[in-house]
Formats: sequence, structure tokens, C-alpha cells
Amino acid sequence: MDKLVAQYSRPPHQNEMYSEQEQQDLTASVPPLSLKFSLPPVDNRSAFLRAMTDDHSNPSCPIKLAHGTTTLAFRFQGGIIVCTDSRATAGNWIASQTVKKVIPVSRLSRGEDKKTNEPTPGLLGTMAGGAADCQYWLRYLSQQCTLHEIRHKRRITVAAASKILANLTYAYKGYGLSMGTMLAGMTPQEGPALYYIDSDGTRLPGNLFCVGSGQTFAYGVLDAEYKYELTEEEALNLGRRAILAAMHRDAYSGGFINLYHVKEEGWVHHGFDDMNPIFWDTKLQKGEFSNVTSAL
Amino acid sequence: MTSLMGNHSGTIGYSFSEPTSANVKQHSFYPYTDNGGSTLGITGADFAILAGDTRSTSGYNINSRMVPKVFKIGGDDETGEGANIILSVVGFAADGNALKEKLDTMVRMYKYQHGKSMSVGACAQRLSTILYEKRFFPYYVHAILAGLDEEGVGALYSYDPVGSYEREQCRAAGAASSLIMPFLDNQVNSKNQYIPGSGEGHALVPKKAEPLDKETATKLVKDAFTSAVERHIEVGDGLQLVIVTREGIEEVFHALKQD
Repeated sequence: MDKLVAQYSRPPHQNEMYSEQEQQDLTASVPPLSLKFSLPPVDNRSAFLRAMTDDHSNPSCPIKLAHGTTTLAFRFQGGIIVCTDSRATAGNWIASQTVKKVIPVSRLSRGEDKKTNEPTPGLLGTMAGGAADCQYWLRYLSQQCTLHEIRHKRRITVAAASKILANLTYAYKGYGLSMGTMLAGMTPQEGPALYYIDSDGTRLPGNLFCVGSGQTFAYGVLDAEYKYELTEEEALNLGRRAILAAMHRDAYSGGFINLYHVKEEGWVHHGFDDMNPIFWDTKLQKGEFSNVTSAL
Repeated sequence: MTSLMGNHSGTIGYSFSEPTSANVKQHSFYPYTDNGGSTLGITGADFAILAGDTRSTSGYNINSRMVPKVFKIGGDDETGEGANIILSVVGFAADGNALKEKLDTMVRMYKYQHGKSMSVGACAQRLSTILYEKRFFPYYVHAILAGLDEEGVGALYSYDPVGSYEREQCRAAGAASSLIMPFLDNQVNSKNQYIPGSGEGHALVPKKAEPLDKETATKLVKDAFTSAVERHIEVGDGLQLVIVTREGIEEVFHALKQD
């Protein structure tokens, strides 16, 4: 009888969820923000960093970091389009024309794990500003999202992921980080979600963002043609066209057009294509860019 | 403060000339020296080459004619025997050495702890985080890491000073990178090369880049350096060539012009 009473007097699901202690352990296991960065032995660290690395205010600075970009992302009826250029510049020098500025976030479902055309679940992040800052912190975010996935047995929401990043950039405010990031993803809780996060600590949800030195040119094209009811085909072409315009007008943008589509099942890659043939195709076949002469 | 003193002494009227604030030079904290030189890496289907000149400069002075810039990472002893990853660093040699030592230690610790060698991909990401740890007090270096990936294909990763990295077919870094890189774009990645007779004007078909064999790549490296020596004062003296294949690491030195 005692045994029966004991069996039924206990809450039925007592052992199914995390205990309070376990929950505390979980939250405590999130690493502290200070990640042991070495700092210069001077009073004004950000002034030192600026003198050494900021080629905008000091063109003869010794350490030139990779910079410059056009990236865009917008929500439409069929999901989210994410499109970027691929150029990295260090001062006037084109450091690379083949940068992958769209970074899959969440390690458990990263694209490189399986090489199929099937959609890959997970979030996408874009990088604008300092290449290393974006790569490093999106890698850090990946780590956190993966841990979230393991702990809670479900994928992290875009809102939560973007907040991890925004809290991080806000904690490092004034240290001289430079990044403008968009996070795009689709979760059952949110549907298609798009956030803009930058190194000032800004975090904004929205339908349409362009980030980087060529953002104004991309906005110009996007604002003229964008509507929520765009078909998938139209949306992909609009993303590509807006980046093409920015590559054409902005010296710091160029190289290859990197195009992604975020759907309910995950993201799909739609090519990493050289801008040059696309530009001439747009001009000669469609008659756009008529200010450019095609005479050889 | 200096200008305040100057004004004050002017009113008192000392017989000696007052200190002029214009000649007071303020020195800021400048912990770097550019040691010049250039490095270059090319990969193919079953090999990876890293090369660098061996000159070390400071301003217009040549301080040494034999300072290698390419290092073996994760070897069993000081000679680098048993390593399968190589690293080249150019920029400030002291920072480069510190970076090499740190990465080498980490790759060796990995081997002791896991009982297997680190993959190039893993080593590449580790190097990125090492560089980023000094994001606010950067290493003044451009690093290139090379080796063979898990499939045995040549792998090459290039870095900026604070750790942004990318896998590439070829990369030039350092003083003469702006002279060498365009040459590599054209010869390794077949940029701006078209198939003759494939069309007229805009219809010309671009030539597709094909993986190079080891001999061609070695020739390109030597050509790149002999040409860079002709046009850059900080490049010269010797050429260090380090080649990774499945058989191991081969290192050779060639002479460059000594002027």
C-alpha cells in the first residue's frame, strides 16, 4: 500500500524536465563574455587599434584589415532571399574576390556536411565590415546555437540567435569591432524571420535590409522593384540584380554573386557566379545599363 | 602642458631661449617593424607549395640574407621531422615567430592528446582563433597555411592579420604581393584568358582553370620570385621552397639576386 501511495503521490512527470539545479547549471555553462583577448599595454586601447588598423582615418596604417561589402536580404511570400558580393579590400588593394560572405550558422546542420541539393536546416548569417570580426563571431554564434540545439532538443529561434549576437556586440562596444550582420532563418515559432545586428549593438527585425559600402545602390534597385508577393523566380532575380547594381557602382564591391534562398525546410544555395558574364548578359540581352558602351 | 610653460616663461623673461613647443616630438607606442619579404603558395591535386624569400629588412637596411619564412608545423622535434602542415608568415618577423611557436605547440599538444595528427582544416581554424585572440593588439603578419586535406588534395588557407581566412588555390602575401598576385590569377586561375577562336568580342569563351602539376607550379613560383626581385627592394637573396606531398615534406633553397 505504501508503495502504491508513493507511486501516485509523486508528480507524474517529475523526472522528465530539467531540475532547478540542472537548469542553473545549464545557464551557468554559457561562457562569460570576456574570452581572454590580449590587449595592448597602453591607456587608450581603441586609439591604438585605430592608429594601427583603421585605413579610413589613417591611410598609411601598417595593418590593413579586410573590409568592404554589399549584402542584402529580404522577406517575401516564398521565404527569404539572401545575396552578397564576394570582394574583400584592404585599403585600395583587392585582398580577395572569392570571399564567402554568407555563413551557415548552427553546426549540426551545416552545408558542408552533406553535398546535396536538398534544403539544409539552420540559419544564415551575412558578413559586412571586418571580415575577421564577422567570421569569428558568427563561428561563436554557431557554437552557441549548436549547444542550444543539443540542450533544448530543438533549433534556436532567429530572435534568440540574433540576441546572442547583439548582446555580444553591445558588450564589446567601443573596443573597435566592425560588423554589420543579417541573420535569416525560418522556424516553426516565427515563420520567416530576418534580423539586422551591428557592432554598435543595434538589433532590428525587418522585411528588407542592405548592408555595406554598396548598400545604397542595392536599396535603389530593391526599393523600386520589391513587393511581398514576388514569386520565387522573381525574388531570386531581384536579389541578383540589386547586388549587380551595387557591384557596378561601388568600387569596394565586386567579384561573384552569392545567392541563397531560405525556405521552410531550410536554406538552398543558388550559385556563386562571376558578375562579369551576368553584367554583359543584363546589358546586351535585357538592354539595361545603357549608359555603358559595349563597343570594344 | 608644454605650451603653458612656454607662455609663462615668456612673461618672466629668462635670458636663455624659451623651449619651443614646436620641436617637442611625441612618440606614440609603436610595437611593430616591417621586415619586408614576400611569400607565396600554390596547390594542386596532390601537393601544396609554400615559398618565401629569405631576405630580412628594416627600412632600407638588409639585416640578414638568410631568415626563412616557411615553417613546418607539428613535427616530432625541432627539425620539423614528421610534420604534415606548413605555415608561412610575412610582415613583422618577431610576431611571425611567436605565432609559429604557438601554433606548433598547439598542433603537437593535439597529437599527444588525441594520438593522431591534426587535419589541415582543423589547424586552419585553430590558427584563425589564435590570430583573433589578438584582435585588439594584432600580430603584424600575413599567414598562409598549407598541407593535404583528408582526401589527399592540396589545401591552402590564407589569413589577414586578425584571422579572417579562406581556402584558396593560390595566394601571394607580403611586400611584393601586389606584383605576384595578378600573375598568379592569370597563370593559376586562368583569369582573363580566353579560348582563341571561340568567338568574337563578348562571345569569347573564358578558359577554365585546371589544377596544375607539381613541376609547373614550381616553375611558376620561381618565375614569380625572380620577377619580384627585379622590381621590389625588399625581396631577394634566397628562395625557400617547401613542398608537401603524400611522401612528406621536401625543402629546397635556390639563389636569388643579391642586390
